[in-house]
Amino acid sequence: MSKRDHPDHSTDSGSARDGHSQKKGKPSSGLSRRQFIKGTGLAVSASVLVSEGLLKAAGAQEASGVAGPGAVPIRLRVNGQVRELRIEPRVMLLDALRNHLDITGSKKVCDRASCGACTVIVDGRPVYSCTMLAIDAQGRSIETIESLASGDDLHPMSQSFVDNDAQQCGFCTSGFVMACKAYLDKHPHPTYDEVKKALNGNLCRCGTYMGIRNAVLEAATKTSTKGAQA
Amino acid sequence: MADIKWPAPADRHLIGKRISRIDGPFKSSGRAKYTFDINRPNMLFGKMVLSAHAHAKIDKIDTGEAEGMPGVRAVYTMVPEGQEVNWVGQEVVALAADTEEQAEEAADHVHIDYSPLPFLVADTDPQQAGPDRTKQLRDQSEGDPQQGFQQAEVTHEGAYGIPVITHCCLESHGSVAEWNGDKLNVWLSTQNVSGSAGQYSDGLKQAGINVAPSDVSIDCQYMGGGFGSKFGPDSWGIAAAVLARKAGRPVKMMLERDHELLSAGCRPSLHGRIKVGAKKDGTLVAWDSESWGTGGMGSAGTPPLPYIFKIPNQHVRHSAVLTNIGPARAWRAPNHPQVCFLTMTALDDLAAKLGMDPLDFFLKNIGITGPRSANYQEELLRAADMIAWKKNWHPRGDRATGPVKRGLGLSIHTWGGAGHVSNCRCTIQPDGSVEVALGSQDLGTGTRTVIDIVAAETLGLPLEGVQVAIGDNKYPPDGASGGSTTVGGVSSSTRVAATNALNQLLEKVAPSLNATPDQLEAVGGRIQVRGDSARSIPWKQACAKLGAAPIVAMGQRDASLISAGVGGAQMAQVAVDTETGVVRMEKIVAVQDCGLVIDPKTAESQVYGACIMGTCYALHEEKIMDDQTGACLNPNMEFYRLSGIDDIGEIQVHMMTGPGYDERGVIGLGEPPVVSPGAAISNAVANAIGARVPDLPITPNRVLMALGKGGAV
Repeated sequence: MSKRDHPDHSTDSGSARDGHSQKKGKPSSGLSRRQFIKGTGLAVSASVLVSEGLLKAAGAQEASGVAGPGAVPIRLRVNGQVRELRIEPRVMLLDALRNHLDITGSKKVCDRASCGACTVIVDGRPVYSCTMLAIDAQGRSIETIESLASGDDLHPMSQSFVDNDAQQCGFCTSGFVMACKAYLDKHPHPTYDEVKKALNGNLCRCGTYMGIRNAVLEAATKTSTKGAQA
Repeated sequence: MADIKWPAPADRHLIGKRISRIDGPFKSSGRAKYTFDINRPNMLFGKMVLSAHAHAKIDKIDTGEAEGMPGVRAVYTMVPEGQEVNWVGQEVVALAADTEEQAEEAADHVHIDYSPLPFLVADTDPQQAGPDRTKQLRDQSEGDPQQGFQQAEVTHEGAYGIPVITHCCLESHGSVAEWNGDKLNVWLSTQNVSGSAGQYSDGLKQAGINVAPSDVSIDCQYMGGGFGSKFGPDSWGIAAAVLARKAGRPVKMMLERDHELLSAGCRPSLHGRIKVGAKKDGTLVAWDSESWGTGGMGSAGTPPLPYIFKIPNQHVRHSAVLTNIGPARAWRAPNHPQVCFLTMTALDDLAAKLGMDPLDFFLKNIGITGPRSANYQEELLRAADMIAWKKNWHPRGDRATGPVKRGLGLSIHTWGGAGHVSNCRCTIQPDGSVEVALGSQDLGTGTRTVIDIVAAETLGLPLEGVQVAIGDNKYPPDGASGGSTTVGGVSSSTRVAATNALNQLLEKVAPSLNATPDQLEAVGGRIQVRGDSARSIPWKQACAKLGAAPIVAMGQRDASLISAGVGGAQMAQVAVDTETGVVRMEKIVAVQDCGLVIDPKTAESQVYGACIMGTCYALHEEKIMDDQTGACLNPNMEFYRLSGIDDIGEIQVHMMTGPGYDERGVIGLGEPPVVSPGAAISNAVANAIGARVPDLPITPNRVLMALGKGGAV
């Protein structure tokens, strides 16, 4: 029986999600909930201080050993572009993308790593961006759904979602597409049952799961066919 | 002018074909902009302070500290001192700040003193709730119930219950409000684009701001789920507009997830003690039910018990229990999933007592299901065929060895679905471009796609030849998307508007084809003499004959193109682990009619989705309230459980189409298929384990209790 109480259940052992499980990430990840941090004036934390990216970005604050509570300059590499912004250290990656960079494809739904609507790919792995501090995402490669399409040409995964009607209201779709892409990147030839297990870290309210299963299998077939031809 | 009809089957080029939703590429690439995604220059973020009490008088509100916090630009008191709050999560104070984090932190520094008052949050019966908390809504008899039960040779009595659940829209309720002088622009996540401006005008007047409905613009291109919970601006929408006015800057106010589950939607519960009797041959003769449910402090309507089966002798009593759980909202097919559950489970238990296969029992009584009885019969038999009922069904209690038991269950359902008020404007430009505009909205049901299909079909164009403009109240007014009334409204008004526009074009073109307008048709991107492609001109050349002025034609909902009243049958197969109590939905087959199906692809998606949503409430969903504190214990998506992709087995959908169905015209579909899954799954569990789990959701604990293996209440 499936279980989403802990997101480690959402992927097979070969694709455990760093950001989803927050177990294998950097030491700071245990403090990644803004809910937890808010109001503390970000006395955050020795653990944040060992974050290499923060140390680079925090500049003068490095000496004092405290980042924040005010805005600090940080640098994110999003969809291949380096973006510089000034945000409070308590800002989550999802909010940095949506509120500060106007990159809104990733959605905020549960805001606590339960539903996967905010899934982005960080260093090749799917991550719940609602639960990763933006400062912790420095120095990493962040891919959002906006990186997939080029012009009018949809990514094969997005196209499969259209062809299989794997979306209704569409609010879970970005997260699902990114989770599916990250999964197929590592597991190009999944079975139907493997697909069901692998995507258990994302939730849909409209009930598009039948289409999503078919979309992933179709995208896998298309991608592998392309690969064979190339 | 001749009556406007749907094209004959042989003349349909788009209607009835499997067409992918036209806004799909925008959604699956992340480009679709939902209300939540709107970022305006200098926009502030709004947050609210929620009541910590289920029922209390507000003595004092101190916003001083919050107002002085970094980034805070405006504060608005939604419930003034001296008034009462009625549930945990009711909005008391709203504020707006430069960043979301600042607003959230400031909300924590608003200080509110309450005098707690008595509350009730338990989903309890009228006797325990007491007369002050009970409102009797129905006490009614038909036939002679007493005599009916005397005639009955087999009688079953049971108690059943279905709890309060939430809507849990993935895009939470909310808006972005921006003033432009005295005009208000709102991006609103709504099922009611055309009907919201007036609600803003009324709501803002109460907050001391006068704005005419005509000065309120509503924009909703994409919305992330409503399911009946998003028909107006709500108190937080008004608050966002007030804060924006005070601050002189746009304000985005989207509900946090906990707030969404606490305040923005609940489906009323329904519980009942039911007695039902039949003759030995299965003929239903008598029904008696005493039911109650809660939908907060409102009455939540009168559930139509018994469902579908018009049992000749019946007595029905229903009361609403008034509780402090937050207000009820329409939830996809209001009241139907609840009454379906109570009725179909009681009938299934009676069939078991009679020693009858429930399929035979339902068919035996199909004659008392009203005017759609022939459809129900056809649909039940079709579904039985799809799931191989006669081969796979067994009497109660799977005798297979091992702890996992399998079973089959069934249910039938109905819904109305007539079209709502709809106005469509079809514009044909001299360059050949076409726009159809309606103040409607696409909830993810495929409304935009259906409009495109109908317009393109009517004008003989490809889908890309028509621009669909919806989601803005500057377009002709359209109904709210509730009651599965959208597709009937928009498809008929679009068919009429496009036909009217085409007729004007044909008049202009006829002379050049040496024909009269009534001899012409639009097909394959050309205007031609009917059946003679040699005498034709391409669409663009035809439109060029318009000169400088475009054609603008209107169309309204046309009752002759639509209908109401649908039926459906669903059968479920489950596997129950009798050691752990875990239930797995292995298969649902769903057979559904809805008249003329415009796009089978998105129509089937509605049914697939409904079967999954139904599985969610059958097995997982419950808004759990704490009697001691009055708080909801699971206002989040970890403990308010939805089914994941691996929780769902196989689903097969069959749409009833063709003769007998198509000629009824278009009928709404969104709601009916979500009605049956709870009953069908519960009946399947009873069939598997040989005992009824009387309440939804069917949790492992409840399964173990039904099996007499312990468990806790």
